[in-house]
Amino acid sequence: MDQLVIAGRPFDSRLLVGTGKFSSNQDMVAAMEQSGSEIVTVALRRVDIDNPDDSILSHIDTDRYLLLPNTSGARDAEEAVRLARLARAAGCLPWIKLEVTPDPYYLLPDPIETFKAAQTLVKEGFIVLPYMPADPVLAKRLEEIGTATVMPLGAPIGTNRGIRTRDLIAIIIEQANIPVIVDAGLGAPSHAAEAMEMGADAVLVNTALADTPNPGAMAQAFRKGVEAGREAYLAGLGSQRDKAEASSPLTGFLRNEQ
Amino acid sequence: MDLSINGQIKQYQDKITVEQLLRLSGISPGQVVIELNASILSPDLHNKTVLKHGDTIELIQFVGGG
Repeated sequence: MDQLVIAGRPFDSRLLVGTGKFSSNQDMVAAMEQSGSEIVTVALRRVDIDNPDDSILSHIDTDRYLLLPNTSGARDAEEAVRLARLARAAGCLPWIKLEVTPDPYYLLPDPIETFKAAQTLVKEGFIVLPYMPADPVLAKRLEEIGTATVMPLGAPIGTNRGIRTRDLIAIIIEQANIPVIVDAGLGAPSHAAEAMEMGADAVLVNTALADTPNPGAMAQAFRKGVEAGREAYLAGLGSQRDKAEASSPLTGFLRNEQ
Repeated sequence: MDLSINGQIKQYQDKITVEQLLRLSGISPGQVVIELNASILSPDLHNKTVLKHGDTIELIQFVGGG
């Protein structure tokens, strides 16, 4: 497959995976490995000081995977910027998946706070990958201020409902000069393939892998879906028609023409 | 002295360092990033920073997330 390039860095895989909600670290590692991904997301949270866990980083080979911290939990730009700075201080490269989701029911990204946080973080030298509503105007505005990608949502986080924002994502893809990574809501390999067939540069999946009895096998299925979708996009899909167009010759039938 | 750690008030003996606080809490230093009174504290200052009554400390770590 052709390479994905984000902020000048090439990747062979076009599937990013999240590390949340797996029932065990073993399942998480299986999903990461089977996905073929080279970018994995993590979150930042307070340590439970009465009962500190071992670090998730002891299960992630950071030579193999680019660690992409997110700002999940941030309700406004200020909280997101704080989380991004903490992630960088923790020794990560300055790559950040920017998420600002003040609404607890649908976890929809706040476009205004996302834009404000992106402005600050770009100025501070971060490589910013913003999770955003599937809004083509916002996508252009984020690109103009220097985000490395845009990450429009297919459906609300964790819903597994597929690409419900198809027409808007198509416009974003058409207009973008930076990678478009479809994030959130992709629940099946066919959804990932659909995004890639549309010309998305990559997809990010978490819940669909964690929320299955066999995360490793599902990750491999998503990997194939992403590869199939990308190859189909590069090959060029046939055009759609309203009426049938025969695949077999319309001559030489075994009957006498009248 | 009282310290606010991750939103909880906890009592500690006077003049402990951040490094000692981590050890007392069973947290390995490489596992966390620390804010002291809303400023990020770089790891090379953990053993030089003596905590004071009323300090606010956030101990943050990476967890699974999407």
